[in-house]
Amino acid sequence: MKLTLKIWRQANASAEGAVHTYELDGVSQDMSFLEMLDLLNEQLLTTGEEPVAFDSDCREGICGTCSLMINGQAHGPEVTTTCQLHMRSFKDGDTITIEPWRADSFPVVKDLIVDRSAFDRIIQSGGFISANTGSAPEANSVPAPRDKAQRAFNVATCIGCGACVAACPNGSASLFLGAKITHLGELPQGQPERYGRVTSMVAQHDHEGFGGCTNIGECAAACPKEIPLDVISQLNKDLRTAMFKGF
Amino acid sequence: MPPVATPTLVKTPRSTRSTIALKLVMAVSGLLFIAFTLVHMYGNLKAFSGQEKFNDYAHHLRELGEPILPYEGFLWITRVGLLVALVAHVTAAVILARRAGAARRDKYQVKRNVASSLSSRTMRWGGATLLIFIIWHLINFTAGKVNPQTGETGDAAGDPYSLLVDTFSVWWMTIIYLVAMLALAFHLHHGTWSSIQTLGYTNTASSRARAKQAGWLLAIVIAGGYSLVPLAVLTGIIEK
Repeated sequence: MKLTLKIWRQANASAEGAVHTYELDGVSQDMSFLEMLDLLNEQLLTTGEEPVAFDSDCREGICGTCSLMINGQAHGPEVTTTCQLHMRSFKDGDTITIEPWRADSFPVVKDLIVDRSAFDRIIQSGGFISANTGSAPEANSVPAPRDKAQRAFNVATCIGCGACVAACPNGSASLFLGAKITHLGELPQGQPERYGRVTSMVAQHDHEGFGGCTNIGECAAACPKEIPLDVISQLNKDLRTAMFKGF
Repeated sequence: MPPVATPTLVKTPRSTRSTIALKLVMAVSGLLFIAFTLVHMYGNLKAFSGQEKFNDYAHHLRELGEPILPYEGFLWITRVGLLVALVAHVTAAVILARRAGAARRDKYQVKRNVASSLSSRTMRWGGATLLIFIIWHLINFTAGKVNPQTGETGDAAGDPYSLLVDTFSVWWMTIIYLVAMLALAFHLHHGTWSSIQTLGYTNTASSRARAKQAGWLLAIVIAGGYSLVPLAVLTGIIEK
């Protein structure tokens, strides 16, 4: 395959960025999208140009490190992470525009890499349960209803990649928030801190500069883990309850 | 050293100071508007039962609740309630829209929308259109009572029924109202489901589907119901 790549290049956080166009030949359909970028970087090394910087880690779709806005869609045209996107989803001669996640809360560090530490601080503000350390408790001492455990587990698959923010026209992280709130709020262990948690995490979300949710649904469509929109309803319900409880 | 977005944690989080609190304000005031538009539409459809019935209904609204309420008491309670809801709805919308604008100042070169409806992406412009329309509508029928045919205002503009028929006998007035109803349909299509979601009643896929159906239903019933009257005047079904 021969591709035309339009890639956002930006030397560092304070530098002006611009879209650069590259021609890349010899792309196999079996390559992952990141392997295709690796190939481009090998080509750039031979010409003496700085390789394109992008985030990646596990390359098996479970860590949430890779990102990339591909032709206007977070993680590209398939419902998966960029590392699990393969070049068979594209055609010979295609032009592919690759941009970093765009949100003021996710500042560009270099080229396609953005700083997602805002998510870390949202977790730090309440995305945990407080438990005394010591030997592990008997697993069946705190029973969890099956349907609630199932829902908690389904949304705990959120890998915090930030695709929801990237896809949202308001730059809102509500799907991420909702996944964490639902995950901990559905389980017995999450109950003692439930309403303080939602208040703190939403406050941190707003403080980081993410926008409000308008329920349009672009986030759930972009989510590589298919977190459904109803976690945002759960988030809203928990916050509403927190208001009445005086948090 | 690359700048970090905000390397600080919130010290005193308050649920009432969150974006979701603003969304709740929008949802509750929006549901109030839906209730009002339904009742208002019912009154409009009285035009099909003729001049006398329609004018009686309009007059009765002023006497509603008497003698416990004063003359026009019910009407003024409704007006004040709606005005408070409108100010709250618009204020929250402006604050949230500005936040959303500030959340992404660098735009994408290419952005594809895959899941959002056209109505959801036109809420802000549609809302602004409706606000302008409401001002126009109040000048036309309530505050100024302007008869576009005779140019007369106030009581001289005629009784409610005559004012209605005279207004919709003017083609550009009919177009203004029909365009406004299209904007209303769009606003209701997304707003209905969005308010239910914001209130936290759509925690399953099936309840989400029902909330979206409610959006379709209210959009068609309300915007359609209102549009019947100008269309009936246009086709001569309603006449003086």
